[in-house]
This record gives sequence, structure tokens and C-alpha cells, in this order.
Amino acid sequence: MSQNAEKVLDHFSLFRSKEYVDMFENKKTFENAVPVAELQSAADWTKTREYRDLNFAREALVVNPAKACQPLGAVFAAVGFEGTLPFVHGSQGCVAYYRSHFSRHFKEPTSCVSSSMTEDAAVFGGLNNMIDGLANTYNLYKPKMIAVSTTCMAEVIGDDLNAFIKTAKDKGSVPPEFDVPFTHTPAFVGSHVTGYDNTMRSILEHFWDGKAGTEPPLVREPRDSINFIGGFDGYAVGNMREVKRLFGLMGIDYTMLGDNSDVWDTPTDGQFRMYDGGTPLAAAAAALHARATISMQEFCTQKTLAYVAKKGHEVAAFNHPIGVAATDRFLMEVARLTGRAIPEEITRERGRLVDAIADSSAHIHGKKFALYGDPDLTLGLAGFLLELGAEPVHILASNGTPEWEARVQTLLDSSPFGKDCHVYPGRDLWHMRSLLFTEPVDFLIGNTYGKFLERDTDTPLIRIGFPIFDRHHHHRYPLWGYQGAMNTLVKILDKVFDVTDADTMIPGKTDYSFDIIR
Amino acid sequence: MDLTLDEVKARNAEVITEALSVYPDKTAKKRAKHLNVYEGDKPDCGVKSNIKSVPGVMTIRGCAYAGSKGVVWGPIKDMIHISHGPVGCGQYSWAARRNYYIGVTGVDTFVTMQFTSDFQEKDIVFGGDKKLDKIVDEIQRLFPLNHGITIQSECPIGLIGDDIEAVAKKKSKEYDNKTIVPVRCEGFRGVSQSLGHHIANDAVRDWVFERGADKPALFESTPYDVAIIGDYNIGGDAWSSRILLEEMGLRVVAQWSGDGSLAELENTPKARLNILHCYRSMNYISRYMEEKFGIPWVEYNFFGPSKVAESLRTIAAHFDDHIKEGAERVIAKYQPLMDAVIAKYKPRLEGKKVMLYVGGLRPRHVIGAYEDLGMEVIGTGYEFGHNDDYQRTTHYVKDGTLIYDDVTGYEFEKFVDRLQPDLVGSGIKEKYVFQKMGVPFRQMHSWDYSGPYHGYDGFAIFARDMDMAINNPVWGLTKAPWNAGH
Repeated sequence: MSQNAEKVLDHFSLFRSKEYVDMFENKKTFENAVPVAELQSAADWTKTREYRDLNFAREALVVNPAKACQPLGAVFAAVGFEGTLPFVHGSQGCVAYYRSHFSRHFKEPTSCVSSSMTEDAAVFGGLNNMIDGLANTYNLYKPKMIAVSTTCMAEVIGDDLNAFIKTAKDKGSVPPEFDVPFTHTPAFVGSHVTGYDNTMRSILEHFWDGKAGTEPPLVREPRDSINFIGGFDGYAVGNMREVKRLFGLMGIDYTMLGDNSDVWDTPTDGQFRMYDGGTPLAAAAAALHARATISMQEFCTQKTLAYVAKKGHEVAAFNHPIGVAATDRFLMEVARLTGRAIPEEITRERGRLVDAIADSSAHIHGKKFALYGDPDLTLGLAGFLLELGAEPVHILASNGTPEWEARVQTLLDSSPFGKDCHVYPGRDLWHMRSLLFTEPVDFLIGNTYGKFLERDTDTPLIRIGFPIFDRHHHHRYPLWGYQGAMNTLVKILDKVFDVTDADTMIPGKTDYSFDIIR
Repeated sequence: MDLTLDEVKARNAEVITEALSVYPDKTAKKRAKHLNVYEGDKPDCGVKSNIKSVPGVMTIRGCAYAGSKGVVWGPIKDMIHISHGPVGCGQYSWAARRNYYIGVTGVDTFVTMQFTSDFQEKDIVFGGDKKLDKIVDEIQRLFPLNHGITIQSECPIGLIGDDIEAVAKKKSKEYDNKTIVPVRCEGFRGVSQSLGHHIANDAVRDWVFERGADKPALFESTPYDVAIIGDYNIGGDAWSSRILLEEMGLRVVAQWSGDGSLAELENTPKARLNILHCYRSMNYISRYMEEKFGIPWVEYNFFGPSKVAESLRTIAAHFDDHIKEGAERVIAKYQPLMDAVIAKYKPRLEGKKVMLYVGGLRPRHVIGAYEDLGMEVIGTGYEFGHNDDYQRTTHYVKDGTLIYDDVTGYEFEKFVDRLQPDLVGSGIKEKYVFQKMGVPFRQMHSWDYSGPYHGYDGFAIFARDMDMAINNPVWGLTKAPWNAGH
């Protein structure tokens, strides 16, 4: 018997005891298990160049992609508005998935409802589901706004959100003046970043263009304020707060659009807050009058920015800026757009970051990195790596477009450290596995799923991305601003030092390098 | 102060009325049928179940795809399960359910991988059959040691008229009669995960049993062969169960489906007895095997020492004295461990009240384990139970227990707020809601990343986990001292 009441064994130690190990071996008799030699040779073959070529010849199968579907992004954007409940029209299982996915990342509740369409709705359409669903949501959860998006089911059968919501209002599901912005978010187009874009645009359109024909469109009266859009970002909590702090220091009049930094970081104090913080609805409407709109993630906000530009805003787009130069550009653009100077306090923060890089970059310089994630995040991280003298080798985005590829290439071409790097748009983590076997690197940067690559290829994983399920609370720390770059630097350095220590700790063999000072 | 039974019943009835008062009339009428206070002498819990969720109420339920790919098929380790349709479904369910298995992932086993056809607009417009055909070729080229393929349909498949059965048959022929299983588990089918379980069971019947009947057995049968049905090996549950069955002298020839393989499915008709843990998700195939192959099945419950012992004896009753003695030997062997666990944790947990809301079997099955620790379950309900689940529940719950079927986010929050349990056991979507409210919580789908909870080894972990949730010092810190008076 292995288990012990005094020191209870968890799964990771319990099943290593002899009785279980013997049981596993015995179970193979019934499994038609692959003989060990054959298994080993097949495993070795997956590490070869030949396998890589076959792997890259795939045209249809996708294995371990680093992207999700549109409605996930829709929910992400919607919860960033005051009192807003996302309502996803279509099958209900999807909503269970989005809520779980976000809760596993943020370790926070995520509220979202479904219109729970089933087979009858597939035949007759989901109008009744919309009518009943909006009424129930409104009465039960007392939202200030319900933001509607769609699952692929509703898209395939062609449900017309505009008409459905009008009918629901006519039937009294919600008051006629109640805000119900909507957007179509087919899962078979783009990815979660597309869903974010569509939803952000739809909410602005709702407020600015007369609420689906129920009010006259707002007339823009330009002011000096600016709008800020973060984009789909696993670090939204830390990043948004950091940007607000910087804007505060600069004395800027701003509106954060889609600010989910509070709803995904509520206190445990005896009260569940279904809604918390978020962009006030009045501010979302008034955002039309802003002088300019800044997006931190261009590929996440392409349609939104085009729409905003059409309204007369000056538009500035960044690619998840991380590091000294990227933050410089961001802040200088903010300063230019607002006419506010960058205060000495921020300049000192910049200096401290440069100081930290000067202190530590010797440990990162020349190290080879593989990197995957969303298009903007990979651009931001690649820029920072180049700044640190690291050498990116593989940069991959499953939801990356040819336009993204070109942008990354331009970035790489701007630095001698980028010359040996290749860019992989539209590829997945099974492709990355082949890359890591055939062209090994020192470190991999990616989300939690990267741990499978770490296991298979023995490439140390630095967890930066979305989702991060298996480490806690990192989303509370910013990557943006000089302070955020500092966090990113420390994250990378910690892994570098941990790996060096682990590699030099065999007593009497390698521990001459087990240095106390590094 | 403890309430009398009558006071409990009155309070629970009042709580239901309060919750219903917020709904529009039409919805209140519908929801009323799913909520009840259990009357101890009744043969069921007095609630309607397995009915469509009301739109817009924040049901906790999932879909048929989740029931088939996520629950039944996903854990079969040596087969590749294609999430057929857009990328999301496979992404959100990727490696999330903790179905432990032994194997070299990506080479001979594939459970924690996400294979998807990643539908694009053109696949919706022109159909996805050709893409599926090519996907099978690519799987065969890159993952040659896979023992079979399943096609897990996402919503669009059934809506655009794809013929995945034809593709499966064609490709099976091309690859030497390979097992390729089309599963019509589109998410809009049925009302919850439950229909997905049923559809997945039927797919085993039609595409594994019917087609694999002439495959030779991998082993000589013995009189003591059993199959574990309906254990998904979450955190290793099936392993901490299997070890007890083998210790009592039985031979486990198959695990459905945690750490299971295609060969185990195929060989199950050679078992003498099917032992069924999750009745909800696998009663269908158990009944089929009984009718078709004459294999009896028996339900069991491996949560907590009382139910484990009772179940070992129930299972042993199907065999000769050798096995019956084996069961007694196993029970006796683990008794000191169980005594030590209970001696350690019961004093810390005695009298604590629990509310549950989970899936297949757990809303009833875990009650005995809590009672072994001196705890009391005061409310329970099923995400996707049927009437036969609620009938079985009456063997576990006490008079006056609050019952809630397909509970909504709103109701659950209200119920917990009013009943003030010491612990809530439910899922990830509920966890942080209740923790914010200051109520200790354990995820009872994933074991909150712990486990196993089955069997004797698992009970020690279960007891430790409940203790660490309830007696966590953090619950004394939720109020700022300067606000304590308010």
C-alpha cells in the first residue's frame, strides 16, 4: 500500500510506487501496445528533417494550433464595458467553453450567457431564443448593456441579429432604449483577435451611429482627449493599469475602451461582483469626440481603427509594444497626440529599465529563441529580444497573415540579431515541434501549451502569452511600459539562470560552475 | 443554531420561491419544475430534467460535442480524435479534462493533443468532406502508430450536409479496414452533454463492435475478467480503482475510457462482468453489451470507504468465493489507512455542510464520501441528469435536501447565499464566484487539479483536499479589520 494518512501522496508521487508501475506494465497486455523498439524508432523519426518536410507539407490537418475562435474575442471585448453581459447567440456549449477558458487563465469568474439554440432552432432559426434570452438576461442579471455575438451555428443558418434584436425589443424583451450592440462573429473566419475587432467596432458603431437606427447618429465635436484600445491581451489586468498610471503621470484626458482590468481582478471580500469597472457607457459614446484613438494591437483592431479613422480620429497603432524603443515610440506618440510632455518620473523609469538591461543582457545576448503567439504579441516580443541582443530563430503565429509575416520580416531586417530568423504565418505548434528538433534554440516563448514542446524537445519554456493555465497571477503584472518591459526582462532572466543552475548542479561533475554570483 | 427538519424544508421552499420571483413569468414556470425540496419518502427528487435550457439564464451546461469528444471518446489514447469544424471547440477542450494516460504523446498516444480541421469559410460553403479525406491521409503519414481515428462533429457539420460517414467508410477501405469512426455529436443536438454521451456510445456500437467483431482476442479469457465502464481516469481515478479490483483477484481487461485503448473497447465483449461507475454517460453501451453479448453489468461507487466496501462486495457477489474472500481481504487491508484518514480529518470536518452541482454521477456518488468524514450534503443537482439519475439520488440524499436541476448562475448564487454551506463543490465557472463570496470551494469535475478521488488511495486525497479548502486560513481574512463592524 502506497498511500499514507500522515503524508498524503498526490497523483504525481502515488502512481510512481511499484504497485502502480507494475499495474501499468500489466495493463499493456490488453492495449495492443506498440512494441518498445518500434515506438522508439517512430519517436526518433519525428525528430528528423524528413519528418519536418512531411509535416510542413500538410495542407488540411491542423495540430495544436495557437489560436481560438472569434466569439472568445467577442466576450473578451464585451466584458470591458460597464455593466455589460456578453450574450452569444447559438449553441450553449460554446459559452461554457469561453467562460471556462477565461476562468482558467485569470482565475476569476467570467459571466456570459447563451441563447441556447438546439435542433429546432437549427431548423426554424433562433428568433425565439433571442426574444426569450434577452428578456431573461435583462431580468435576471440586470446588466446595463447586453453585447450580442454569434457562434458558428447561428452563422451557418444565417440568423439576422439586427432584425432579431429589433423584434425582441418590439416584443418587450428589453426596453426600446436599452443598449444591445451586436456583431456577427463566425468561428470559421479569422480567430479570437478578429472577434475582438468585430465586437469593439460594433460597440462603437452602436453608440456613435445611432444605435441601429433607433436614434440619430452622434455628431462629432472634436476634443483633446484620446481613446485607448488594448486589444485581446492575456495581461489586460496588469497592462491596462500600467497604461492608466502612465497616462495619469502625463495628465492626459483619456478613455480606455474595453477596460476589463477590474472585472477580471475583483477582490475576495465576501461579495461576488458580476460587473466591475469597465468603460462607462457614456464614455464609450463620448469617445467619438476624441482627437485620436490609440490601439496597442494593430492586428487586433484593423476594422475598428478603419472605422474610427473614418470618423475623423487620428489613429496610432502599435504591435503590443515591449521594451525601451517600443515604449519610447508609444509614449512619444501619446505626447504628440495630446500635447503633453513626458514627465521626468517616466524618464527615470526608462533609465532604470536601460540600467537593468545593461546589468543583465550579457546573459541573454546571443541566446537563440523560438517564439509563438498572437500576431501583435510576437511582434512586440521579437522587438524586445532584438533589443536585448537575443537572436530570434523561429517566430510563429497560427493566426498570422502574410501582412504580419512582412511586418515581422521588416523588424528582423532592422537588426543584425534578426538575420537568422524565419517567420511562420498560419502554422501550428506541431510545426514548431519539428522546427525545435531540426533547428534547436536555447529558449521557447509561448503560452501554457508550449509545455508540451518543452517536454518533447527539451527546450526551456518562458511562459508569455494566452492562455497561461499552469502558472498563477502573471496576468496581474504588466508587459507594457518601462515597468512592463522590466517584468518581461526578469521573466526571461529567471529562466536563463534557472536553466544554468539546473545544468551545473551535479556534485563533483558540473558544479564548479554552480556559481553563487551570476 | 441548527434548524429543525421542518424549518429547513420551509427555508428551502422559500429560497426557491425567492429565486423564481425574479424571472419573467414564462421562465419562472419552466424553472419551477427543476427546483424542489426533497421529500424523504418519495421515489424521485421531484424535479424535471433533461429538458432544454432556458435561453439567456447562464446555464452551466455544455454540448453534445463536449459529451462525445470531451468525455467518452477523448480519453481513448491510441486513437486520434479530430475536432471537425472550426478551431474553437477543440481548442477550449484541449487537455483540459485531466484524463491521465500512459504513452508517448504524439507517437503512440494522442489524448493531450488538439487535432482540428480548422474550418474556414470555404469549407462551410463548399463542404468539408474533401478536406476530411485529406486529413485522414495526413494523419496516416505523420502519426502512423495511431490505432484508429474518430471524427467529432462540431455544429456546422450537420448543418452544411457533409457526409462524414461516407468519408469514414472510404478511408477505412483505403487503409486496410482501419477503424475510423464518424460521430454526429454536433453541439446543437440535444439539450446538454448528455446526448453526446449517447451518440458516442452508439458510435462505439456501430463502428467498433459491429465492424471489429471478427478481430482476434488479445488474450485468453478467464472467469474473472471484468471491464471498468464509465471511469475517465481524472487525476488517475481509474488506476486507484483498478488496483483494488486486481487485488481482490479480478482481471481488468478494459478501461472505458480513461487510459483506454481501441483494443480494450474491442475486447470488452469477452468480459464476464461490466462494472459501471458513471451510469449517465455509459449505461447505453452497457445495456447493449448485455443484450447483444449477454454480459451483465453492475453499478458501483468508489467514493469513500463505506461505498467502496459496499461496492467491492456487490461486485464480488457476481463471482465465486475466491473473489468474495478477495474483497474482504482488500477491505481489511485498507481499513487501517481509512481509520487513520478519518481519525485525522473527521474532527476538522464534522458537521460541515456541503452543496454540490456537478455532472454525471457525482451529485449523488460523492455524498457517501462526505458522510464518511462527518459532513452533510444539504443541496445537490445535475448539469445533465435524467429522471433515472434523480431516482438513484434518493438513495443518497436526506429528507429536506434542496434539489436543483440545470441550475442557473443566478439561482446557484442565491441558494448558496441563503443556505450558507461550508463548502461548495462544482466546476471552474462556479469556483471563483463562490470564493469571492468567501465560501470554500472545490472543483468536482477536475478534482481541482488534484486526485485521484476514487478508491482507498483516492479517499485520503479527497479528505485532505476538503480539509484544505474548508480550513484554509484565508477565509478568516476576507474582511478588512477596519470594516469588520459593517
